[in-house]
Amino acid sequence: MNSIRVFFIGGFLAYRALFAWIHWSIYVPTMLGGPIFQILFFAYIGRYAGLKSDEFFVIGNAVAISSVAGIFGMAFTIGGERWMQTLSSILVTPANRLALFLGRTLPNIANGIIVSTVGFIVGWLVLDFSLAPSEIPAIAVIVAVCSFSCTALGAVIGAFGLRGRDIIFFANLFVLTFLLFCGVNVPLDSLPNWMQEVGNLLPLTHGIEAAREVADGASLGDVSDLILTEFAIGLCYAAIAYVLLRVFEVESRRRATLETI
Amino acid sequence: MTHAFRLFWFSWLFNVKNLTTSGFFMLNATISPIFFATIAHYMFESGSRPGSLLFAALGAGMMGIWSSVLFGSGGLIQWQRWQGTLEYVIGVPPGLMQIVLPMTIATASIGIYSIASTLLWGWVIFDLPLDFVHPMWFVVALVVSIVSLGLLGLVLSSTFVLLRNANSLANLLEYPVWLVTGLLISLSLLPGWTRPISYVLAPTWGIKALRGAALGGDPAPAIAACLALGLVYLVIGHFTLGYFEVRARRTATLALR
Repeated sequence: MNSIRVFFIGGFLAYRALFAWIHWSIYVPTMLGGPIFQILFFAYIGRYAGLKSDEFFVIGNAVAISSVAGIFGMAFTIGGERWMQTLSSILVTPANRLALFLGRTLPNIANGIIVSTVGFIVGWLVLDFSLAPSEIPAIAVIVAVCSFSCTALGAVIGAFGLRGRDIIFFANLFVLTFLLFCGVNVPLDSLPNWMQEVGNLLPLTHGIEAAREVADGASLGDVSDLILTEFAIGLCYAAIAYVLLRVFEVESRRRATLETI
Repeated sequence: MTHAFRLFWFSWLFNVKNLTTSGFFMLNATISPIFFATIAHYMFESGSRPGSLLFAALGAGMMGIWSSVLFGSGGLIQWQRWQGTLEYVIGVPPGLMQIVLPMTIATASIGIYSIASTLLWGWVIFDLPLDFVHPMWFVVALVVSIVSLGLLGLVLSSTFVLLRNANSLANLLEYPVWLVTGLLISLSLLPGWTRPISYVLAPTWGIKALRGAALGGDPAPAIAACLALGLVYLVIGHFTLGYFEVRARRTATLALR
């Protein structure tokens, strides 16, 4: 029961502690404005390149921008505890570590879904893109799974925040990597084989492919393999994040570097 | 005159060195443009614009310059404030403009890393031939673009500091300026109402000048437009910086975050 409380209430409070983001004057430009212009930017390059329809870029980027919330949210949530010198207060408690850290992913997953939803709506309003009402539930499931898998990878990056200092560098690097390797803007089969292989190990690749198939008329059942693969990738990153968090916690105690910035 | 030049040189050099040691700025100036150039290259190759590698490399390079200016100059005065050095910067005998201007030009100057990295990327990875049509004009266009964007940075630094959440504004303005200045697309694709916005932004003319010098065409008009805009930015920056200084002194908020 206590673990459930730590999972939900601890996660919620940790998210609220990101007050610098939650204030609308930062949240709107950073979490909504920037990602929306990302969609427009790539849609226009797509038009100029004569590559694909707006639908290709709206789906790719609207799903991908859920990673902004997941990756940066988790990097700041865990890394921020160290910056704010609250990490030792948390780690001194006997709270279940799985509940403690994974609880912090939940608000970021929800945030990713919100950001992605806004991306789809803006794409529908501004660009040549629409979804049939019957396709929306399947897209919603895919966005939720992608948001989970990105947040799990964000937790891996956040775990390194217990050891290194410049995790925002790596958070930025991963968001760029997604744009190139995950078929967000370039069809996967246009990329060299090694890039496709890398893309297959990253979050988003299978989710974006599933979302595009749904928009082309496939049902949720038709793309269930892709969604399960995306979910499994997320679970793998979540497991890696948990192991890293435990290892770095023990290491930080041993080396007395918990509060070193 | 010698003193002013020396002040400019050391302020510029200090900020170039300072930014070069920052992982965030190096990511923006070198790695990020390479990612965007690669994405654009594959998009052009897979679409109907093969052979646009140099176009993509120059556009992504200019994107890097804009990012450096946006984040470097936009947060310059606020950063001095956080570091507790703003009082010294304002308290010294030289005017605030003499200190801030070389620093904003430095933020644009590290954009040289962006252009260099994307051209090197094209040359090493994709055998991009670096035989520019007007090599000397290319150098002139690059220098003028950097100075002009640095002067735009002066306006950003002195206006962003008046906003409480300037960092979030910087996050917002990266993609729209890349888009509206036509760094990776033709401006004719954009709605007509965006044209005046494009024309008052230096990256529009900077990339036009660089493309004219590298790919063929007359870069001189774009260079002239870039210079003219730079002068306008200088005048605006002079007034906005003065306004900030007087306001901060009058309200005693120089050191307040």
